[in-house]
Amino acid sequence: MRTSIRRSQRLMALAAVAALTTGLLAGCAKDSNDSSSDGSGGGGNGKGKITLTIGTFGVFGYKQSGLYDEYMKLHPEINIKENVTTRTDVYWPKVLTRLQAGSGTDDIQAIEIGNITEAVQTQANKFVDLGKEVDKSQWLDWKNAQATTKDGKLIGLGTDIGPMAICYRKDLFQKAGLPTDRTKLAEMWKGDWAKYVDVGKQYMKKAPKGTKFVDSASSVYNAAVGGASERYYDKDGNVVWDRSDGVKKAWDAAMSVATSDMSAKLKQFDPTWDQGFANGTFASVACPAWMIGYIEQKSGDLGKGKWDVAAAPAASNWGGSFLGAPTAGKHQKEAIALAKWLTAPEQQEKVFAKQASFPSTPSAYASLKPAADTTAYFSNAPLTQIFSDAAKTIPSQPLGPKDKPIDNAISDIGILQVEQKGKSPSQGWDAASKEIKDVLGQ
Amino acid sequence: MTSPKQALAHPASSADAAPGTPPGAARDAHGRGTQPGADSWRSRLYRWDMKASPYAFVSPFFVLFGAFTLVPLLYTAWYSLHHVQLSALDDQTWAGLDNYRNLWSSEFFWNALENTFTIGVISTVPQLLAAIGLAHLLNYRLRGSTVWRVVMLTPYATSVAAATLVFTLLYSWDGGMVNWILHFLGVGPVNWRESDWGSQFAVSSIVIWRWTGYNALIYLAAMQAIPADLYESAAIDGASRWQQFRHVTIPQLRPTILFTVVVSTIGATQLFGEPLLFGGVSGSKGGSEHQYQTLGLYMYDQGWIIGNLGKASAIAWSMFLILLVIAAVNLLLTRRLRKSP
Repeated sequence: MRTSIRRSQRLMALAAVAALTTGLLAGCAKDSNDSSSDGSGGGGNGKGKITLTIGTFGVFGYKQSGLYDEYMKLHPEINIKENVTTRTDVYWPKVLTRLQAGSGTDDIQAIEIGNITEAVQTQANKFVDLGKEVDKSQWLDWKNAQATTKDGKLIGLGTDIGPMAICYRKDLFQKAGLPTDRTKLAEMWKGDWAKYVDVGKQYMKKAPKGTKFVDSASSVYNAAVGGASERYYDKDGNVVWDRSDGVKKAWDAAMSVATSDMSAKLKQFDPTWDQGFANGTFASVACPAWMIGYIEQKSGDLGKGKWDVAAAPAASNWGGSFLGAPTAGKHQKEAIALAKWLTAPEQQEKVFAKQASFPSTPSAYASLKPAADTTAYFSNAPLTQIFSDAAKTIPSQPLGPKDKPIDNAISDIGILQVEQKGKSPSQGWDAASKEIKDVLGQ
Repeated sequence: MTSPKQALAHPASSADAAPGTPPGAARDAHGRGTQPGADSWRSRLYRWDMKASPYAFVSPFFVLFGAFTLVPLLYTAWYSLHHVQLSALDDQTWAGLDNYRNLWSSEFFWNALENTFTIGVISTVPQLLAAIGLAHLLNYRLRGSTVWRVVMLTPYATSVAAATLVFTLLYSWDGGMVNWILHFLGVGPVNWRESDWGSQFAVSSIVIWRWTGYNALIYLAAMQAIPADLYESAAIDGASRWQQFRHVTIPQLRPTILFTVVVSTIGATQLFGEPLLFGGVSGSKGGSEHQYQTLGLYMYDQGWIIGNLGKASAIAWSMFLILLVIAAVNLLLTRRLRKSP
C-alpha cells in the first residue's frame, strides 16, 4: 500500500511539474496575444465591451485634454487604454519587433516623425491603409506625404506638427539693449539663421551676467535643418547628407554658435536644460509649437509674462507624429475609427488648446485658440498666427530610414565635440562622418 | 523481475493497471518470462518512472534555460553571421564573418572595450578596497551595528535610474554641486560629462556608491565566520590591530575576496545602465567622443538605436567570448592562490 501511495504522489508531482512547465510556456504565448486586447476575453467589462489599446511615447495630450473620456462616452461599448513608453528610443524598437512578430502590438501605434520613413519603407504591409478610410485633404500635403508609400498607401494619420518659432526672454533682451518687440525681432533675423546668430553676437556684447543667448548649438542646427528642402536623403532615397545644401547651411550656423560664447552649452531634454529654463540662463530658444507647453512647465511662475514668441528666421518643422493601425491588431475597425477621430481637426484643436501641440489639419487653424494661461505666459503673443503662418510654408522634406541616427550623429557627436570639447569645426565634422559611416554600415 | 513489493501493491491497483489489456491477458503474463504483459508493463513503467522522474523534476530549469538563454544565445550567433536590420528581421542575407571583421576593424569597438576595462578597473578596485575597510570597521563591537549595516545596504537598494539621475545633477558642469565644491577648493569647473577621464570617473563613482555596501556586507559575513581564537592567539603574540587584519583577516577572507572579484568583474564587463542614463538623452553614444561608451552601450546603440542587428549580435558574441576568457583567467588565478599557502 505504501508504495502505491508514494507512487501516486510521485505521479501527482510529475503532473504538477508538467502542468507548470506547459503552463509557463503557454503563458508566454498567451500573454503576447492577449496584451493587444484584454477585456474581450477577460470578462468583467460587461458584455461585448471592447478594450482598444493605444501605444504612445511622451505626452500626446489625449488623456490630458479628456479625449479618451469623451470618446468612451460617445461609444459606450469601447474602453480605451493608453500604453505610454516615455522614451522614443525604447518605444520604437519594441514596436518594430512586435510588428514583425505579428503579435503584441497595440490596436493603434503612434509613430514619431523620425521613424515614419522607416515605417513607410519597411513596415508598410504591417499597417492598415488608412488612405481609403479618411478624406486625405484634411491634412497638410507634406504631412500626408511623409506617411505615404510609393504605391500610395497611407500608413499613418497625422497628429501634430512642429512649426518653428523663436521663444525669447523679453526681460533679458531688454537688459542686453536689444529690441523686445516680436515683429521688430522677427524682422531683424528674417530669412536666414545666420542673422539670428548675428543678433546673438549683439546680445553677448551687453549680456546680463550669467546668461547666454541660446541654449545650445544643436538647437540652432536642428531648427535650421528642419526647414531645408533636402537634408540627409534626396527624393530618390540616396544618402546625401555630406553634400546637401541644407545640412551645410545649418552646420555653419551651428558652428558660429558653438565657436562663440553665446551658447549655454546645454543638452536639450537633459535635467540641466530644465534647470536652464528655471534659472533663466539663456535668453532664447528655437521652439516648435509643442515646446510651448514644455517651457511654460519648466520655467514655472518666475517666467510668467517674461517669455515672448517671434517668428523664426525661416519656416521649419521639428517633430510631429502619426497614428497607425497595425494589421495585427484585434479590433481593426474600431481602431481605425478611433484613430480617425483622434486626428480629426476638432480633436487636434482641443489638444492645441490644452498644450499647444499644433494641428496638422489646416482647417482647424481658423478657430484655433491656445489656453488663456498660455497666452498670458507668453506676453499675449499671437501663437496661432505665428505657428500657422510657419506651418503653411514648411517645405516638403524627403526623409530616409536612418534619418534619426544620422541626425543624432551630427548633433550628439559632431556639434557637441565642437561646443563642449573645443574641437575645431572640421574635426567635429570628421567625427560625425565617421559615426555616420558606422551607422550606415559602410 | 517482479519485485515482491510490487506484487504486494498489485491487487490494490489492478483495476487501473492496464486499461487496454483484457484481465485474462494480465493473468497469463504472470510468469517469470520476459513476455510483455500488464505486469511487466507496470514494472517497465516503474523503472521508467525511476529513471525519468528526476529529469522531469529538474526540467523546469532546463526548459527556462533553453527558452531564455540557450535559444537566444544560438539565435544571436545565427544573426551575427547575417546582415539583419531591426526593421526587417525576416530579410536576412548571409554575411559570414563580415560582421566580426567589420567590428574588429572598427575603432568604436576597441574604444568601447578599452572604456569597459578602464571604467571596470577604476570602479572595482576602490570599491572592493573600501568594502574591506568598511567591513573591518563594522566587525568591531559597535553601538547600533544593525543600523550601520542597513545604512551600508541602502545604496544597493536604490534603483540605478534614481541614483544616476541624482549623480547627473551633482556632476552637471554648470551649477552642479561637485563643481561648486571644487570652486571653493580653488579648482576650475570640470565638464564631467564631456571630459575623458572626468566622465569615466563620474560613471565609476556611481558604481562605487551603489556596490560598496553590498560587498562590505559579504566581507562582513565572512569576517564573522573567522574563529575568534585566531585573533586571541594573535593578540597574545603581541599583534596589533593592523597586523591582525593583515595576517589573520585577509588570508581568511581569500575565497570571499575571489568571489567578489569574479562577480564584480562580470558586473563591470556588462556595465550598461549607469553610463546610459548618465549620458542623458543620447546616452547610448557614451559622450560626444564615446569617452564612456562601454561594450554594453555600443551593442545597444548598434542594435536598438541604429538597427544593425547583425553587428549588434556580433558584439554580443564578442562580449561573451571576452567573459569566457575572463572566467578562464579567474579560474587559473584561483587555482594558483589555493595552492599557495
